[in-house]
Amino acid sequence: MSATDPDSAWIAAALAASRPRVLAALLRAFRDLDTAEEAYQEAALRALRTWPRNGPPRDVAAWLILVGRNAALDGKRRRTREEPLPPEEALSDRDDAEAPLAERIDASAYRDDILRLLFICCHPELPATQQVALALRIVSGLSVARIARAFLASEAAMEQRITRAKARIARSAVPYEAPGPAERAERLGAVSAMVYLVFNAGYSAGTGTERAALCDEAIRLGRLLLRLFGSEPEVMGLVALMLLQHARTPARFDAEGDIVLLDDQDRGLWRGPMIAEGLALVDKAMRHRAPGPYQVQAAIAALHARAACPQDTDWAGIDTLYATLERLQPSPVVSLNRAVATAKVGGPAAGLARVEPLAGPLDGYFHFHGLRGALLMQLGRDGEAREAMGRAIALAGTAAEAAHIRMQLDRLSRDAAERI
Amino acid sequence: MLYAILCYKDEDVVAAWSEAEDAAVMTRLGVVHETLARQGKLGPSLRLLPTTAATTLRKGGEPPLVIDGPFAETKEQLLGFYVVDVADLDEALAIARDLAAANPGGAYELRPVLLYNPDPRVAAG
Repeated sequence: MSATDPDSAWIAAALAASRPRVLAALLRAFRDLDTAEEAYQEAALRALRTWPRNGPPRDVAAWLILVGRNAALDGKRRRTREEPLPPEEALSDRDDAEAPLAERIDASAYRDDILRLLFICCHPELPATQQVALALRIVSGLSVARIARAFLASEAAMEQRITRAKARIARSAVPYEAPGPAERAERLGAVSAMVYLVFNAGYSAGTGTERAALCDEAIRLGRLLLRLFGSEPEVMGLVALMLLQHARTPARFDAEGDIVLLDDQDRGLWRGPMIAEGLALVDKAMRHRAPGPYQVQAAIAALHARAACPQDTDWAGIDTLYATLERLQPSPVVSLNRAVATAKVGGPAAGLARVEPLAGPLDGYFHFHGLRGALLMQLGRDGEAREAMGRAIALAGTAAEAAHIRMQLDRLSRDAAERI
Repeated sequence: MLYAILCYKDEDVVAAWSEAEDAAVMTRLGVVHETLARQGKLGPSLRLLPTTAATTLRKGGEPPLVIDGPFAETKEQLLGFYVVDVADLDEALAIARDLAAANPGGAYELRPVLLYNPDPRVAAG
């Protein structure tokens, strides 16, 4: 079976789409992550063997759950009593058993199943990078090799990191009983944060890199959450935020891999379909009149997306939204972002007035010095601007960030030369 | 005789396609579209955004109830649809409410359109 074989492409897509639901049900059945993963692997292998011959089952997820559960039970039995496995043909004949099983998969139960599967990846003792790696391995089903490449780690190191994270989870009690409303909301919050971590791990990387693909994985996980919690405005906001940000990706880097700022981006390169979906979700969320941090950030991204050119941007609206975000989720970085909007509305002096008080908490932050430098430059305070930009270059996390500031410094020198 | 051809597929599977896979499907469909358009047999066609972007107006009560998500009941059948050009969801909902007042009962699902191909027969004059 080759990669271009339509059978194998269809099966791969069907397996990827049903993985979270199947794995979540198997986890509930066996209450052990390794057993559930092995059962899923076995079911996927059998699907690859039997579906091209027998055709796809009516309900892919129900088939995989049934086959995976039986395979794991057979494995257990074999280990205890050396009983022979049923022949392959008998197994695929069990397709008829999928109908009653599908009926037994209660919609609300599988919702909690999937939430639990995602939630165990957000164990508070696990550092953020391990949460992300674990979710990509367990929920998205990415290979350890691919996750390792995304995080520029060796495969062995990543394998060890994931094994250690799983062991940490195994030691703690995973709550298998159905959560109450408050607990469910708490889990949803933790899971949303983890999904956004996955997204940002991808978003901070350059285009075309292995890590950039994590944005797509995060959006897939977000859509999954949204299907389970269709009336939660913050989930709508999260998915909208990711779609609206990711829509800009084709315009975010130039041919040399350097960052292109929002103002300079070719908006024709933005992905229209993602923007359309993001805007639709923002509209849906706003109807609930229950603002939250993801919704407000999505609304900010929506104002950028709606502007056909930078001059059309509703900066006053963005400034107001950042003021709301400062109230909902106060942080110096949010205040710094607000300063950008304030500068656009009220000029560089007004922006700088918001930037200066952040010097304490953001002294080690690249963007603080970058923005401060740019505003000082606009105010004609060249010496201070150069100093701030020098600090920014020293703090740049990527070559592209450093290159961008150098470009501004060059412009400053050029302008200074012209003035002489 | 005009026929509407309604497209059904597992959206999870479609969402799992890579950009290249999606583009390949659209290219293959485009070939069929072109042939039909040349024959003067193609009317407007469109691709919808996922059901997660949908909002449903339940027409049973007064006022009609707005529900997040797609229309999920099975006791009603799809009997027709409109395409409206509006600024946002609220405007689309206002139109749906006007329609509901004229024709109570059942539901309207409001689903944003991803891709709209106008009627090539009209474009050709």
